[in-house]
Amino acid sequence: MSLTAKLGIAFAGALALAVVLFTFERPPVVTQQTGFRGVAMENVVNPRLRRVDLARNQVPAAPEAADAGGEKASEIYENVQLLGDLSVEQFGRIMQAMTEWVAPNQGCNYCHNPENMASDEVYTKVVTRRMLSMVRTVNVEWTSHVGQTGVTCYTCHRGQPVPANVWGTLVENRAGLAGHSGQNRADPATALSSLPRDPFTPFLLQDREIRNQSSGSMPRGNTVDTPQTEWTYALMMHMSDGLGVNCTYCHNSRAFADWAQSPPPRLGAWHGIRMVRQINNDYIVPLTPLWQANPNGPPEAPRMARLGAAGDALKVNCATCHNGANKPFYGAQMARDYPELARIAAAPVTRRAELAPR
Amino acid sequence: MIEYQNIFTRVQVRGPHYPGVPLPAGDVPREGGMRYVHLFGRFGDAQVGPIYLGQLGILSIIFGFLAFEIIGLNMLAQVNWNVAEFVRQLFWLALEPPRAEYGLRVPPLRDGGWWVAAGFCLTLSMLLWWVRTYRRAIQLGMGTHVAWAFAAAIWLYLVLGFFRPILMGSWSEAVPFGIFPHLDWTAAFSIRYGNLFYNPFHALSIVFLYGSTLLFAMHGATILALGRYGGERELELVLDRGTAAERGGLYWRWCMGFNASFESIHRWAWWFAVLCPITGGIGILLTGTVVDNWYLWAVDRNFAPAYPQLWAPVADPTLAQGATR
Repeated sequence: MSLTAKLGIAFAGALALAVVLFTFERPPVVTQQTGFRGVAMENVVNPRLRRVDLARNQVPAAPEAADAGGEKASEIYENVQLLGDLSVEQFGRIMQAMTEWVAPNQGCNYCHNPENMASDEVYTKVVTRRMLSMVRTVNVEWTSHVGQTGVTCYTCHRGQPVPANVWGTLVENRAGLAGHSGQNRADPATALSSLPRDPFTPFLLQDREIRNQSSGSMPRGNTVDTPQTEWTYALMMHMSDGLGVNCTYCHNSRAFADWAQSPPPRLGAWHGIRMVRQINNDYIVPLTPLWQANPNGPPEAPRMARLGAAGDALKVNCATCHNGANKPFYGAQMARDYPELARIAAAPVTRRAELAPR
Repeated sequence: MIEYQNIFTRVQVRGPHYPGVPLPAGDVPREGGMRYVHLFGRFGDAQVGPIYLGQLGILSIIFGFLAFEIIGLNMLAQVNWNVAEFVRQLFWLALEPPRAEYGLRVPPLRDGGWWVAAGFCLTLSMLLWWVRTYRRAIQLGMGTHVAWAFAAAIWLYLVLGFFRPILMGSWSEAVPFGIFPHLDWTAAFSIRYGNLFYNPFHALSIVFLYGSTLLFAMHGATILALGRYGGERELELVLDRGTAAERGGLYWRWCMGFNASFESIHRWAWWFAVLCPITGGIGILLTGTVVDNWYLWAVDRNFAPAYPQLWAPVADPTLAQGATR
């Protein structure tokens, strides 16, 4: 064999090895059958990677439970709008926990003026109050999605003032030759597909129609075309990636639209989409002026973007809570250890005027 | 033994240069002269050239190059002319067809007009190349089988990018030009129209696709295996069956009770290959025009089986009263 041929074979071999090493997932792969035999209804898990995920999705140890008796927080402290019903001890416990969950490095002063803890002058305190209302809404009104497990601040924040998985509306600056398409980039938001990169704005902020397929076999006025279907597909890829599940976790892939054949998690996901819409519209977007006034967070804290490329608030999608797990923390019952969160007052007292930039 | 299992061609014929039959008066002469390349001889014939381009060939290459450039420059413009980003994103980039609102009109260049232009150039290039394959066959006194097989592939291409969009009334129904984007489009197309696997013409197309590879493997293997008896002299053996043809036929009769002849195997292979894009094209053409949801179509016609379900059924929540979208 000539030297050229040997070199060629060596190069081809090295290339093949590189492709295998860098694009394939190392086994084992465990396939769990969920449907009737032979219909490919199955969930795929790599136990080696799952162990890593599990270690990353541990809930922090809960502090000792607080006494619910004694004087109420509203009787001792001023300007306690949502947690006034708690005992002083409980109030201190949840304040401490929230600091650990959201701003462990910055401490109380991340939200409070140390000279006057009751003051709302630090904008993050106003944001936090709104977020507490949101937690209440999620745990009380959205049991269709969160069940009895519920959420805490830590479900999303995980020790960060801004959760790791958030999104802003896509801005495409396209002058000249090529117009907007909103797609065709290696974008992690839609699992590195070439699908539309911002399915969140139409589906998780606006309530555009997600469904594409016709309910009858013949063409009868369904004007949805293939590019439009790609938007739904992109949202589904986000959900798949954000939850670490494949299509058949929620759908029977032979008939994606058919509810009668769908596994039950699809119903939870359906409510989840509506829940995220409400979170974004009722709780995140109204806070935009505060973030526009502080686009990199409080002056003393490390700079962390609060706005998307369009100057919009960083919003919530499925991955914000789920962080790659089919259930946040793989279903660990974290909220149960914080009865304080179940007693957040109903009416958000925050007035719109208070949200205006100072 | 080793001789017949080698993946490379072992015989390299080095005769006097042969330019081919004389061309008719008025044809552009063949170009490039002739030479031998040993490496090419390992895979095919060692003789390279002369090449007949002719007017059709040159026009076809010009239009093909135009399409290639329009697509490539659009991709480059999408990454703001950043070459490194262009290389990194190459498999993701695409030239997308116009949006539905433009219907069958030609939109502004940046909103899909470039797609129309690229599609026009590419189609023209392919049609010119088709005429060339047809004319070259005639000039050489051959049959036109290659041209018609190529026409079958062009049929599928035209259904996807031309005939079906016209029937649907919008260029937005056509395929984007791009590596991953056309694959994601294909998946989205199947999802939108209720699962293409229930489209019988799609099924036929797959049969002919996989059937082609099977026939190709069976035939190639048989001829290589008969090489020691001169089995590669197939055309002679069609009429005058020597020991190679007898052994090959016997082999398949023993294996599966029936065998193709040295003539018919080539007809089998040609028809399987040609029917793959023809049936596939019919399946695409019917999608969205005649059938909007192939799964439900299969249910209507009782050939989509129902399977036992292992979980409690879930009802569509939008059917509940007062539900939001």
